[in-house]
Amino acid sequence: MHREPRSREFYVLALFFALFVVFLYGPLSAIVILSFQGPDGGLTFPLNGMSLHWFGNLLEKQAVGDFGGSFRRSLMLGLMVMAVTVVISLLAGLAFRRKFFGATPLFYLSVASLVVPSIIISLGIGVLFQQFGLQPAWYSSAFGAHLTWTLPFGVLIMFAVFNRFSPTYEEAARDLGASSWQTFRHVVLPMIAPSLIGVGLFGFSLSYDEFARTLMTSGTYNTLPLEIYGMTTNVTTPVLYALGTVTTLFSFLVIGGTVGTILYLNRRRARA
Amino acid sequence: MATMTDTAIAQPAVRTRKPGSRIGEFAAYLQALPLLVILGTFLLLPLLMIAVVSFWDYDFAAMYPDFVTFNYTETLGSWVTWKTYLNTLKFAVIVWMITLFVGFWAAYFLAFHVRTSAMQTVLFLVCTVPFLTSNIIRMISWIPVLGRNGLINSALVDTGIVAAPVEWLLYSDFAVVLAMVHLYTLFMVTPIFNTLMRIDRSLVEAARDAGASSWQVLTNVILPLAKPGMAIGTIFVVTLVMADFSTVQVMSGGQSASVALMMKNQMSLLQYPAAAANAVILLVLVLMMVAGILRIVDIRKEL
Repeated sequence: MHREPRSREFYVLALFFALFVVFLYGPLSAIVILSFQGPDGGLTFPLNGMSLHWFGNLLEKQAVGDFGGSFRRSLMLGLMVMAVTVVISLLAGLAFRRKFFGATPLFYLSVASLVVPSIIISLGIGVLFQQFGLQPAWYSSAFGAHLTWTLPFGVLIMFAVFNRFSPTYEEAARDLGASSWQTFRHVVLPMIAPSLIGVGLFGFSLSYDEFARTLMTSGTYNTLPLEIYGMTTNVTTPVLYALGTVTTLFSFLVIGGTVGTILYLNRRRARA
Repeated sequence: MATMTDTAIAQPAVRTRKPGSRIGEFAAYLQALPLLVILGTFLLLPLLMIAVVSFWDYDFAAMYPDFVTFNYTETLGSWVTWKTYLNTLKFAVIVWMITLFVGFWAAYFLAFHVRTSAMQTVLFLVCTVPFLTSNIIRMISWIPVLGRNGLINSALVDTGIVAAPVEWLLYSDFAVVLAMVHLYTLFMVTPIFNTLMRIDRSLVEAARDAGASSWQVLTNVILPLAKPGMAIGTIFVVTLVMADFSTVQVMSGGQSASVALMMKNQMSLLQYPAAAANAVILLVLVLMMVAGILRIVDIRKEL
Protein backbone atom coordinates (compact mmCIF):
# COMPACT_ATOMS: atom_id res chain seq x y z
CA MET A 1 0.00 0.00 0.00
CA HIS A 2 1.09 3.62 0.20
CA ARG A 3 4.03 4.67 2.33
CA GLU A 4 2.89 6.79 5.21
CA PRO A 5 4.04 6.91 8.81
CA ARG A 6 2.87 3.92 10.83
CA SER A 7 -0.38 4.72 12.60
CA ARG A 8 -1.08 3.99 16.25
CA GLU A 9 -3.38 1.23 15.02
CA PHE A 10 -0.33 -0.50 13.53
CA TYR A 11 1.59 -0.58 16.80
CA VAL A 12 -1.41 -1.81 18.78
CA LEU A 13 -2.04 -4.59 16.27
CA ALA A 14 1.66 -5.46 16.00
CA LEU A 15 1.77 -5.90 19.77
CA PHE A 16 -1.40 -8.00 19.62
CA PHE A 17 0.09 -10.19 16.90
CA ALA A 18 3.36 -10.58 18.81
CA LEU A 19 1.44 -11.69 21.90
CA PHE A 20 -0.49 -14.15 19.73
CA VAL A 21 2.77 -15.67 18.47
CA VAL A 22 4.10 -15.90 22.04
CA PHE A 23 0.82 -17.59 23.01
CA LEU A 24 1.26 -20.09 20.14
CA TYR A 25 4.88 -20.98 20.82
CA GLY A 26 5.41 -20.17 24.51
CA PRO A 27 4.02 -23.35 26.08
CA LEU A 28 5.83 -25.46 23.49
CA SER A 29 9.15 -23.92 24.47
CA ALA A 30 8.36 -24.72 28.11
CA ILE A 31 8.25 -28.47 27.44
CA VAL A 32 11.32 -28.29 25.20
CA ILE A 33 13.28 -26.73 28.08
CA LEU A 34 11.83 -29.14 30.62
CA SER A 35 12.78 -32.17 28.54
CA PHE A 36 16.41 -31.38 29.42
CA GLN A 37 15.48 -31.79 33.09
CA GLY A 38 18.07 -33.55 35.28
CA PRO A 39 17.53 -37.20 36.28
CA ASP A 40 15.88 -36.14 39.56
CA GLY A 41 13.78 -33.39 38.01
CA GLY A 42 10.00 -33.38 37.88
CA LEU A 43 7.26 -32.29 35.51
CA THR A 44 7.49 -28.60 36.41
CA PHE A 45 10.07 -25.85 36.77
CA PRO A 46 12.62 -25.27 38.20
CA LEU A 47 15.16 -27.27 36.25
CA ASN A 48 16.90 -29.70 38.54
CA GLY A 49 20.18 -29.74 36.63
CA MET A 50 20.56 -30.23 32.90
CA SER A 51 20.84 -33.61 31.24
CA LEU A 52 19.90 -35.73 28.28
CA HIS A 53 18.71 -38.39 30.71
CA TRP A 54 15.09 -38.38 29.51
CA PHE A 55 16.05 -38.54 25.86
CA GLY A 56 18.21 -41.58 26.69
CA ASN A 57 15.23 -42.95 28.55
CA LEU A 58 13.21 -42.83 25.31
CA LEU A 59 15.57 -45.35 23.72
CA GLU A 60 15.33 -47.83 26.57
CA LYS A 61 12.66 -50.47 26.80
CA GLN A 62 9.66 -48.88 28.49
CA ALA A 63 7.39 -50.35 31.13
CA VAL A 64 4.49 -48.87 29.20
CA GLY A 65 4.56 -48.27 25.49
CA ASP A 66 6.85 -48.90 22.59
CA PHE A 67 8.05 -45.64 21.06
CA GLY A 68 10.25 -47.04 18.31
CA GLY A 69 7.52 -49.31 16.95
CA SER A 70 4.75 -46.73 17.23
CA PHE A 71 6.94 -44.11 15.54
CA ARG A 72 7.69 -46.45 12.65
CA ARG A 73 3.98 -47.25 12.27
CA SER A 74 3.01 -43.57 12.35
CA LEU A 75 5.71 -42.73 9.82
CA MET A 76 4.63 -45.47 7.42
CA LEU A 77 0.97 -44.59 7.83
CA GLY A 78 1.75 -40.89 7.26
CA LEU A 79 3.63 -41.69 4.05
CA MET A 80 0.84 -43.96 2.79
CA VAL A 81 -1.80 -41.34 3.56
CA MET A 82 0.34 -38.65 1.92
CA ALA A 83 0.81 -40.58 -1.32
CA VAL A 84 -2.86 -41.53 -1.63
CA THR A 85 -4.05 -38.03 -0.70
CA VAL A 86 -1.87 -36.37 -3.33
CA VAL A 87 -2.91 -38.73 -6.15
CA ILE A 88 -6.63 -38.82 -5.37
CA SER A 89 -6.91 -35.09 -4.68
CA LEU A 90 -5.19 -34.34 -7.97
CA LEU A 91 -7.50 -36.68 -9.87
CA ALA A 92 -10.58 -35.25 -8.13
CA GLY A 93 -9.34 -31.70 -8.78
CA LEU A 94 -9.03 -32.54 -12.49
CA ALA A 95 -12.51 -34.10 -12.46
CA PHE A 96 -14.09 -31.03 -10.87
CA ARG A 97 -12.81 -28.87 -13.74
CA ARG A 98 -15.42 -30.50 -15.94
CA LYS A 99 -19.12 -30.47 -15.27
CA PHE A 100 -20.27 -33.98 -14.59
CA PHE A 101 -23.41 -35.44 -13.14
CA GLY A 102 -23.02 -35.76 -9.37
CA ALA A 103 -20.20 -33.24 -9.06
CA THR A 104 -22.04 -31.10 -6.50
CA PRO A 105 -23.07 -33.99 -4.20
CA LEU A 106 -19.49 -35.33 -4.33
CA PHE A 107 -18.16 -31.90 -3.42
CA TYR A 108 -20.51 -31.64 -0.45
CA LEU A 109 -19.64 -35.19 0.57
CA SER A 110 -16.02 -34.05 0.82
CA VAL A 111 -17.07 -31.08 2.94
CA ALA A 112 -19.15 -33.40 5.11
CA SER A 113 -16.09 -35.57 5.63
CA LEU A 114 -14.44 -32.51 7.15
CA VAL A 115 -17.23 -31.62 9.56
CA VAL A 116 -18.30 -35.08 10.79
CA PRO A 117 -16.81 -35.37 14.31
CA SER A 118 -13.72 -37.58 14.17
CA ILE A 119 -14.83 -39.77 17.05
CA ILE A 120 -17.96 -40.67 15.08
CA ILE A 121 -15.82 -41.81 12.14
CA SER A 122 -13.68 -43.80 14.56
CA LEU A 123 -16.75 -45.47 16.08
CA GLY A 124 -18.35 -46.13 12.69
CA ILE A 125 -15.30 -47.74 11.12
CA GLY A 126 -14.61 -49.72 14.29
CA VAL A 127 -18.15 -51.14 14.37
CA LEU A 128 -18.14 -51.71 10.61
CA PHE A 129 -14.96 -53.80 10.77
CA GLN A 130 -16.27 -55.69 13.78
CA GLN A 131 -19.54 -56.55 12.04
CA PHE A 132 -17.79 -57.72 8.88
CA GLY A 133 -15.43 -59.85 10.97
CA LEU A 134 -12.37 -57.88 9.88
CA GLN A 135 -9.44 -57.23 12.18
CA PRO A 136 -8.86 -53.46 12.46
CA ALA A 137 -5.24 -52.45 11.88
CA TRP A 138 -3.33 -49.24 11.39
CA TYR A 139 -2.73 -50.02 7.72
CA SER A 140 -6.38 -50.77 6.89
CA SER A 141 -9.06 -49.23 9.12
CA ALA A 142 -6.90 -46.42 10.55
CA PHE A 143 -5.58 -45.72 7.06
CA GLY A 144 -9.14 -45.24 5.78
CA ALA A 145 -10.09 -43.18 8.83
CA HIS A 146 -7.15 -40.82 8.23
CA LEU A 147 -8.06 -40.44 4.56
CA THR A 148 -11.51 -39.11 5.52
CA TRP A 149 -9.64 -36.25 7.23
CA THR A 150 -6.81 -35.56 4.75
CA LEU A 151 -8.71 -36.03 1.47
CA PRO A 152 -11.19 -33.16 2.00
CA PHE A 153 -8.26 -30.81 2.68
CA GLY A 154 -6.49 -32.05 -0.43
CA VAL A 155 -9.61 -31.85 -2.59
CA LEU A 156 -10.49 -28.33 -1.40
CA ILE A 157 -6.91 -27.14 -2.00
CA MET A 158 -6.86 -28.63 -5.53
CA PHE A 159 -10.33 -27.18 -6.17
CA ALA A 160 -9.01 -23.74 -5.21
CA VAL A 161 -5.87 -24.21 -7.33
CA PHE A 162 -7.81 -25.17 -10.45
CA ASN A 163 -10.30 -22.35 -9.86
CA ARG A 164 -7.42 -19.95 -10.49
CA PHE A 165 -5.80 -22.03 -13.23
CA SER A 166 -6.18 -20.42 -16.63
CA PRO A 167 -6.99 -22.93 -19.38
CA THR A 168 -5.15 -20.72 -21.91
CA TYR A 169 -1.85 -22.49 -21.11
CA GLU A 170 -3.33 -25.84 -22.05
CA GLU A 171 -4.94 -24.38 -25.16
CA ALA A 172 -1.59 -22.96 -26.19
CA ALA A 173 0.10 -26.32 -25.67
CA ARG A 174 -2.60 -28.08 -27.64
CA ASP A 175 -2.38 -25.55 -30.46
CA LEU A 176 1.34 -26.32 -30.61
CA GLY A 177 0.44 -29.96 -31.14
CA ALA A 178 0.86 -31.46 -27.67
CA SER A 179 -1.17 -34.53 -26.83
CA SER A 180 -3.37 -34.33 -23.75
CA TRP A 181 -0.85 -36.41 -21.79
CA GLN A 182 2.00 -34.11 -22.92
CA THR A 183 -0.08 -31.07 -21.99
CA PHE A 184 -0.66 -32.49 -18.54
CA ARG A 185 2.89 -33.73 -18.00
CA HIS A 186 4.80 -30.70 -19.30
CA VAL A 187 2.41 -27.79 -18.73
CA VAL A 188 -0.15 -28.46 -16.01
CA LEU A 189 1.93 -30.61 -13.66
CA PRO A 190 4.94 -28.27 -13.32
CA MET A 191 2.58 -25.35 -12.63
CA ILE A 192 0.69 -27.08 -9.85
CA ALA A 193 3.68 -28.95 -8.39
CA PRO A 194 4.12 -26.58 -5.40
CA SER A 195 0.44 -26.97 -4.48
CA LEU A 196 0.74 -30.75 -4.75
CA ILE A 197 3.71 -30.70 -2.40
CA GLY A 198 1.61 -28.60 -0.02
CA VAL A 199 -1.18 -31.18 -0.20
CA GLY A 200 1.40 -33.86 0.54
CA LEU A 201 2.61 -31.96 3.61
CA PHE A 202 -0.97 -31.64 4.86
CA GLY A 203 -1.64 -35.31 4.22
CA PHE A 204 1.46 -36.44 6.06
CA SER A 205 1.23 -34.04 9.02
CA LEU A 206 -2.49 -34.46 9.64
CA SER A 207 -2.10 -38.24 9.61
CA TYR A 208 1.10 -38.25 11.67
CA ASP A 209 -0.61 -36.24 14.45
CA GLU A 210 -4.12 -37.70 14.25
CA PHE A 211 -5.43 -39.70 17.13
CA ALA A 212 -9.20 -39.26 17.55
CA ARG A 213 -9.77 -41.14 14.29
CA THR A 214 -7.19 -43.77 15.22
CA LEU A 215 -8.75 -44.44 18.62
CA MET A 216 -11.00 -47.34 17.59
CA THR A 217 -9.38 -48.19 14.30
CA SER A 218 -5.71 -48.88 15.07
CA GLY A 219 -6.21 -52.48 16.18
CA THR A 220 -3.53 -54.19 18.26
CA TYR A 221 -0.64 -51.83 17.62
CA ASN A 222 -0.68 -48.17 18.65
CA THR A 223 0.38 -45.24 16.53
CA LEU A 224 2.60 -42.59 18.11
CA PRO A 225 -0.15 -40.06 19.01
CA LEU A 226 -2.14 -42.84 20.72
CA GLU A 227 0.99 -43.79 22.62
CA ILE A 228 1.47 -40.19 23.77
CA TYR A 229 -2.22 -39.86 24.61
CA GLY A 230 -1.97 -42.97 26.78
CA MET A 231 1.10 -41.51 28.48
CA THR A 232 -0.73 -38.34 29.55
CA THR A 233 -2.68 -40.34 32.10
CA ASN A 234 -0.01 -42.66 33.51
CA VAL A 235 3.43 -41.16 32.98
CA THR A 236 4.69 -38.66 35.54
CA THR A 237 8.28 -38.15 34.42
CA PRO A 238 9.78 -35.71 31.89
CA VAL A 239 10.16 -38.60 29.45
CA LEU A 240 6.78 -37.39 28.17
CA TYR A 241 8.32 -34.00 27.39
CA ALA A 242 11.36 -35.60 25.77
CA LEU A 243 9.05 -37.54 23.47
CA GLY A 244 7.08 -34.35 22.77
CA THR A 245 10.29 -32.47 21.93
CA VAL A 246 11.49 -35.20 19.57
CA THR A 247 8.19 -35.54 17.65
CA THR A 248 7.78 -31.76 17.41
CA LEU A 249 11.33 -31.44 16.11
CA PHE A 250 10.53 -34.13 13.55
CA SER A 251 7.40 -32.21 12.47
CA PHE A 252 9.44 -29.00 12.14
CA LEU A 253 12.00 -30.80 9.98
CA VAL A 254 9.26 -32.13 7.71
CA ILE A 255 7.62 -28.68 7.42
CA GLY A 256 10.96 -26.93 6.89
CA GLY A 257 12.01 -29.40 4.22
CA THR A 258 8.70 -29.05 2.39
CA VAL A 259 8.62 -25.25 2.49
CA GLY A 260 12.22 -25.22 1.28
CA THR A 261 11.32 -27.47 -1.65
CA ILE A 262 8.35 -25.29 -2.60
CA LEU A 263 10.47 -22.13 -2.48
CA TYR A 264 13.16 -23.82 -4.58
CA LEU A 265 10.60 -24.90 -7.20
CA ASN A 266 9.05 -21.42 -7.32
CA ARG A 267 12.46 -19.79 -7.74
CA ARG A 268 13.44 -22.20 -10.47
CA ARG A 269 10.17 -21.53 -12.26
CA ALA A 270 10.63 -17.78 -11.91
CA ARG A 271 14.10 -18.09 -13.49
CA ALA A 272 12.92 -20.31 -16.33
CA MET B 1 -9.26 -11.52 -25.19
CA ALA B 2 -11.15 -13.43 -27.82
CA THR B 3 -10.40 -11.54 -30.99
CA MET B 4 -11.50 -12.64 -34.45
CA THR B 5 -8.17 -14.33 -35.23
CA ASP B 6 -8.17 -16.16 -31.92
CA THR B 7 -11.51 -17.76 -32.56
CA ALA B 8 -10.50 -18.53 -36.13
CA ILE B 9 -7.41 -20.37 -34.93
CA ALA B 10 -9.22 -22.02 -32.08
CA GLN B 11 -11.97 -23.34 -34.38
CA PRO B 12 -10.25 -26.52 -35.64
CA ALA B 13 -9.06 -27.34 -32.15
CA VAL B 14 -12.63 -27.07 -30.88
CA ARG B 15 -13.89 -29.26 -33.68
CA THR B 16 -11.32 -32.00 -33.05
CA ARG B 17 -12.17 -31.92 -29.35
CA LYS B 18 -15.89 -32.18 -29.96
CA PRO B 19 -16.14 -35.96 -30.19
CA GLY B 20 -13.71 -36.15 -27.29
CA SER B 21 -16.01 -34.31 -24.90
CA ARG B 22 -18.00 -37.44 -24.17
CA ILE B 23 -14.68 -39.17 -23.49
CA GLY B 24 -13.90 -36.11 -21.37
CA GLU B 25 -16.97 -36.62 -19.24
CA PHE B 26 -16.12 -40.29 -18.93
CA ALA B 27 -12.59 -39.31 -17.85
CA ALA B 28 -14.06 -37.00 -15.22
CA TYR B 29 -16.02 -39.91 -13.79
CA LEU B 30 -12.91 -42.07 -13.72
CA GLN B 31 -10.95 -39.29 -12.02
CA ALA B 32 -13.62 -38.72 -9.39
CA LEU B 33 -14.19 -42.43 -8.77
CA PRO B 34 -11.33 -43.09 -6.27
CA LEU B 35 -12.53 -40.21 -4.08
CA LEU B 36 -16.08 -41.53 -4.17
CA VAL B 37 -14.97 -45.07 -3.35
CA ILE B 38 -12.88 -44.02 -0.35
CA LEU B 39 -15.46 -41.60 1.07
CA GLY B 40 -18.16 -44.19 0.42
CA THR B 41 -16.26 -46.94 2.24
CA PHE B 42 -14.84 -44.98 5.13
CA LEU B 43 -17.43 -42.23 5.60
CA LEU B 44 -20.88 -43.12 4.24
CA LEU B 45 -20.82 -46.81 5.11
CA PRO B 46 -19.62 -46.26 8.71
CA LEU B 47 -22.25 -43.53 9.21
CA LEU B 48 -24.92 -45.88 7.88
CA MET B 49 -23.61 -48.58 10.22
CA ILE B 50 -23.85 -46.19 13.19
CA ALA B 51 -27.44 -45.30 12.28
CA VAL B 52 -28.33 -49.01 12.12
CA VAL B 53 -26.49 -50.00 15.29
CA SER B 54 -28.13 -47.18 17.24
CA PHE B 55 -31.36 -49.24 17.09
CA TRP B 56 -29.71 -52.45 18.26
CA ASP B 57 -29.94 -54.11 21.65
CA TYR B 58 -26.82 -54.84 23.67
CA ASP B 59 -25.49 -56.23 26.92
CA PHE B 60 -22.02 -56.27 28.49
CA ALA B 61 -20.71 -58.77 25.96
CA ALA B 62 -22.22 -58.13 22.54
CA MET B 63 -24.70 -56.28 20.34
CA TYR B 64 -27.88 -57.90 19.03
CA PRO B 65 -29.51 -56.84 15.77
CA ASP B 66 -32.94 -55.56 16.72
CA PHE B 67 -35.16 -52.53 16.38
CA VAL B 68 -35.35 -50.87 19.75
CA THR B 69 -35.52 -47.18 20.49
CA PHE B 70 -34.37 -47.20 24.11
CA ASN B 71 -30.85 -46.11 23.13
CA TYR B 72 -32.44 -42.83 22.11
CA THR B 73 -35.04 -42.57 24.86
CA GLU B 74 -32.40 -43.34 27.50
CA THR B 75 -29.99 -40.80 26.04
CA LEU B 76 -32.56 -38.06 25.54
CA GLY B 77 -34.39 -38.84 28.78
CA SER B 78 -31.30 -38.41 30.93
CA TRP B 79 -30.60 -35.13 32.63
CA VAL B 80 -26.84 -35.87 32.39
CA THR B 81 -27.04 -35.94 28.59
CA TRP B 82 -28.72 -32.55 28.44
CA LYS B 83 -26.19 -31.08 30.83
CA THR B 84 -23.35 -32.52 28.76
CA TYR B 85 -24.78 -31.13 25.52
CA LEU B 86 -25.23 -27.73 27.14
CA ASN B 87 -21.67 -27.85 28.46
CA THR B 88 -20.33 -28.72 24.99
CA LEU B 89 -22.37 -25.90 23.43
CA LYS B 90 -21.07 -23.53 26.09
CA PHE B 91 -17.47 -24.42 25.16
CA ALA B 92 -18.32 -24.04 21.47
CA VAL B 93 -19.80 -20.55 21.93
CA ILE B 94 -17.02 -19.24 24.20
CA VAL B 95 -14.21 -20.68 22.06
CA TRP B 96 -15.90 -19.46 18.89
CA MET B 97 -16.16 -15.89 20.16
CA ILE B 98 -12.54 -15.77 21.34
CA THR B 99 -11.07 -17.41 18.24
CA LEU B 100 -13.12 -15.14 15.98
CA PHE B 101 -11.87 -12.06 17.80
CA VAL B 102 -8.22 -13.14 17.94
CA GLY B 103 -8.29 -14.70 14.47
CA PHE B 104 -9.76 -11.64 12.82
CA TRP B 105 -7.29 -9.16 14.29
CA ALA B 106 -4.32 -11.39 13.58
CA ALA B 107 -5.44 -11.89 9.98
CA TYR B 108 -6.28 -8.19 9.61
CA PHE B 109 -2.81 -7.22 10.82
CA LEU B 110 -1.21 -9.67 8.38
CA ALA B 111 -3.31 -8.62 5.41
CA PHE B 112 -3.46 -4.85 5.82
CA HIS B 113 -0.56 -3.75 7.99
CA VAL B 114 2.33 -5.93 6.89
CA ARG B 115 3.65 -4.18 3.81
CA THR B 116 5.86 -6.64 1.95
CA SER B 117 4.46 -9.90 0.68
CA ALA B 118 7.65 -11.74 1.73
CA MET B 119 7.06 -10.65 5.34
CA GLN B 120 3.39 -11.64 4.99
CA THR B 121 4.37 -15.14 3.88
CA VAL B 122 6.87 -15.53 6.71
CA LEU B 123 4.45 -14.37 9.41
CA PHE B 124 1.66 -16.49 7.93
CA LEU B 125 3.93 -19.54 8.07
CA VAL B 126 4.79 -18.71 11.67
CA CYS B 127 1.04 -18.89 12.38
CA THR B 128 0.54 -22.11 10.41
CA VAL B 129 3.45 -24.24 11.63
CA PRO B 130 1.93 -25.17 15.04
CA PHE B 131 -1.16 -26.40 13.17
CA LEU B 132 1.01 -29.09 11.61
CA THR B 133 2.39 -30.35 14.91
CA SER B 134 0.78 -32.70 17.40
CA ASN B 135 -2.35 -31.49 19.19
CA ILE B 136 -1.66 -33.61 22.26
CA ILE B 137 1.85 -32.27 22.66
CA ARG B 138 0.55 -28.71 22.37
CA MET B 139 -2.09 -29.54 24.94
CA ILE B 140 0.23 -31.07 27.53
CA SER B 141 2.67 -28.21 27.03
CA TRP B 142 0.24 -26.11 29.10
CA ILE B 143 0.69 -28.32 32.15
CA PRO B 144 4.11 -26.95 33.22
CA VAL B 145 2.81 -23.44 32.53
CA LEU B 146 -0.53 -23.57 34.34
CA GLY B 147 0.08 -26.21 37.00
CA ARG B 148 0.09 -25.69 40.73
CA ASN B 149 3.89 -25.23 40.66
CA GLY B 150 3.81 -24.01 37.08
CA LEU B 151 5.40 -20.93 35.57
CA ILE B 152 2.45 -18.59 36.09
CA ASN B 153 1.79 -19.65 39.65
CA SER B 154 5.45 -19.41 40.69
CA ALA B 155 5.66 -15.96 39.12
CA LEU B 156 2.48 -14.84 40.91
CA VAL B 157 3.61 -16.21 44.26
CA ASP B 158 7.19 -14.92 43.92
CA THR B 159 6.08 -11.40 43.12
CA GLY B 160 3.67 -11.53 46.03
CA ILE B 161 0.55 -10.90 43.96
CA VAL B 162 -1.13 -13.95 45.46
CA ALA B 163 -0.25 -15.73 48.69
CA ALA B 164 -1.02 -19.28 47.58
CA PRO B 165 -0.96 -20.81 44.06
CA VAL B 166 -4.10 -20.20 42.03
CA GLU B 167 -5.87 -23.55 41.73
CA TRP B 168 -8.23 -22.91 38.85
CA LEU B 169 -5.55 -22.33 36.22
CA LEU B 170 -5.22 -26.02 35.39
CA TYR B 171 -7.85 -28.76 35.51
CA SER B 172 -10.74 -26.35 35.09
CA ASP B 173 -13.09 -25.00 32.41
CA PHE B 174 -10.68 -22.09 32.08
CA ALA B 175 -7.87 -24.47 31.11
CA VAL B 176 -10.13 -26.24 28.61
CA VAL B 177 -11.11 -22.99 26.89
CA LEU B 178 -7.53 -21.73 26.87
CA ALA B 179 -6.20 -24.93 25.31
CA MET B 180 -8.99 -25.00 22.71
CA VAL B 181 -8.30 -21.40 21.74
CA HIS B 182 -4.63 -22.34 21.49
CA LEU B 183 -5.39 -25.36 19.29
CA TYR B 184 -8.12 -23.96 17.05
CA THR B 185 -7.45 -20.23 16.45
CA LEU B 186 -5.37 -21.12 13.39
CA PHE B 187 -8.48 -22.54 11.75
CA MET B 188 -9.94 -19.05 12.03
CA VAL B 189 -6.84 -17.09 10.97
CA THR B 190 -6.27 -18.98 7.71
CA PRO B 191 -9.69 -18.57 6.04
CA ILE B 192 -10.09 -14.96 7.21
CA PHE B 193 -6.60 -14.09 5.96
CA ASN B 194 -7.44 -15.75 2.66
CA THR B 195 -10.61 -13.65 2.29
CA LEU B 196 -8.94 -10.40 3.36
CA MET B 197 -6.15 -10.88 0.81
CA ARG B 198 -8.73 -11.07 -1.96
CA ILE B 199 -10.36 -7.74 -1.08
CA ASP B 200 -9.67 -5.27 -3.86
CA ARG B 201 -7.41 -2.62 -2.30
CA SER B 202 -8.93 0.09 -4.48
CA LEU B 203 -12.15 -0.28 -2.45
CA VAL B 204 -10.24 0.77 0.65
CA GLU B 205 -8.62 3.66 -1.26
CA ALA B 206 -12.01 4.74 -2.54
CA ALA B 207 -13.48 4.73 0.95
CA ARG B 208 -10.52 6.79 2.21
CA ASP B 209 -10.85 9.26 -0.65
CA ALA B 210 -14.52 9.63 0.16
CA GLY B 211 -13.49 10.70 3.65
CA ALA B 212 -13.97 7.53 5.70
CA SER B 213 -11.90 7.20 8.86
CA SER B 214 -9.89 4.01 9.22
CA TRP B 215 -12.49 2.75 11.70
CA GLN B 216 -15.26 3.40 9.15
CA VAL B 217 -13.24 1.61 6.46
CA LEU B 218 -12.95 -1.33 8.79
CA THR B 219 -16.62 -1.56 9.78
CA ASN B 220 -18.19 -0.59 6.45
CA VAL B 221 -15.83 -2.12 3.90
CA ILE B 222 -13.54 -4.76 5.33
CA LEU B 223 -15.78 -6.48 7.91
CA PRO B 224 -18.69 -7.12 5.51
CA LEU B 225 -16.27 -8.48 2.88
CA ALA B 226 -14.54 -10.69 5.46
CA LYS B 227 -17.77 -12.50 6.38
CA PRO B 228 -17.22 -15.55 4.14
CA GLY B 229 -13.81 -16.21 5.70
CA MET B 230 -15.30 -15.82 9.16
CA ALA B 231 -18.06 -18.26 8.24
CA ILE B 232 -15.59 -20.91 7.05
CA GLY B 233 -13.45 -20.42 10.16
CA THR B 234 -16.60 -20.72 12.26
CA ILE B 235 -17.45 -24.05 10.63
CA PHE B 236 -14.01 -25.39 11.49
CA VAL B 237 -13.91 -24.13 15.06
CA VAL B 238 -17.49 -25.09 15.96
CA THR B 239 -17.23 -28.62 14.53
CA LEU B 240 -13.82 -29.18 16.15
CA VAL B 241 -15.04 -28.05 19.57
CA MET B 242 -18.27 -30.05 19.29
CA ALA B 243 -16.19 -33.16 18.47
CA ASP B 244 -13.55 -32.63 21.13
CA PHE B 245 -12.93 -35.15 23.87
CA SER B 246 -9.19 -35.10 24.48
CA THR B 247 -8.83 -31.43 25.40
CA VAL B 248 -11.78 -31.63 27.75
CA GLN B 249 -10.45 -34.83 29.31
CA VAL B 250 -6.83 -33.75 29.74
CA MET B 251 -7.30 -30.06 30.56
CA SER B 252 -10.27 -30.41 32.92
CA GLY B 253 -8.69 -33.36 34.69
CA GLY B 254 -11.96 -35.24 34.36
CA GLN B 255 -14.03 -32.49 35.99
CA SER B 256 -15.83 -31.36 32.86
CA ALA B 257 -17.70 -33.29 30.22
CA SER B 258 -18.37 -33.10 26.52
CA VAL B 259 -20.58 -35.14 24.21
CA ALA B 260 -17.62 -36.79 22.50
CA LEU B 261 -16.07 -37.65 25.86
CA MET B 262 -19.36 -39.22 26.93
CA MET B 263 -19.32 -41.23 23.68
CA LYS B 264 -15.73 -42.28 24.27
CA ASN B 265 -16.59 -43.53 27.75
CA GLN B 266 -19.55 -45.48 26.39
CA MET B 267 -17.26 -46.97 23.74
CA SER B 268 -14.69 -48.08 26.31
CA LEU B 269 -17.53 -49.82 28.17
CA LEU B 270 -18.44 -51.53 24.88
CA GLN B 271 -21.87 -49.84 24.90
CA TYR B 272 -21.66 -49.27 21.16
CA PRO B 273 -25.41 -48.89 20.48
CA ALA B 274 -25.66 -46.20 23.18
CA ALA B 275 -22.60 -44.45 21.74
CA ALA B 276 -24.13 -44.78 18.27
CA ALA B 277 -27.38 -43.12 19.38
CA ASN B 278 -25.30 -40.31 20.85
CA ALA B 279 -23.32 -40.10 17.62
CA VAL B 280 -26.50 -39.73 15.56
CA ILE B 281 -27.78 -36.93 17.80
CA LEU B 282 -24.42 -35.15 17.79
CA LEU B 283 -24.10 -35.53 14.03
CA VAL B 284 -27.57 -34.11 13.40
CA LEU B 285 -26.79 -31.17 15.68
CA VAL B 286 -23.42 -30.46 14.01
CA LEU B 287 -24.81 -30.80 10.48
CA MET B 288 -27.67 -28.43 11.35
CA MET B 289 -25.17 -25.87 12.62
CA VAL B 290 -23.04 -26.24 9.49
CA ALA B 291 -26.07 -26.03 7.21
CA GLY B 292 -27.07 -22.84 9.00
CA ILE B 293 -23.64 -21.31 8.39
CA LEU B 294 -23.60 -22.50 4.76
CA ARG B 295 -26.73 -20.45 4.12
CA ILE B 296 -24.57 -17.38 4.65
CA VAL B 297 -21.66 -18.46 2.47
CA ASP B 298 -21.14 -20.46 -0.72
CA ILE B 299 -17.88 -22.33 -0.11
CA ARG B 300 -17.38 -23.17 -3.76
CA LYS B 301 -17.15 -19.46 -4.57
CA GLU B 302 -14.74 -18.76 -1.75
CA LEU B 303 -12.07 -21.29 -2.74
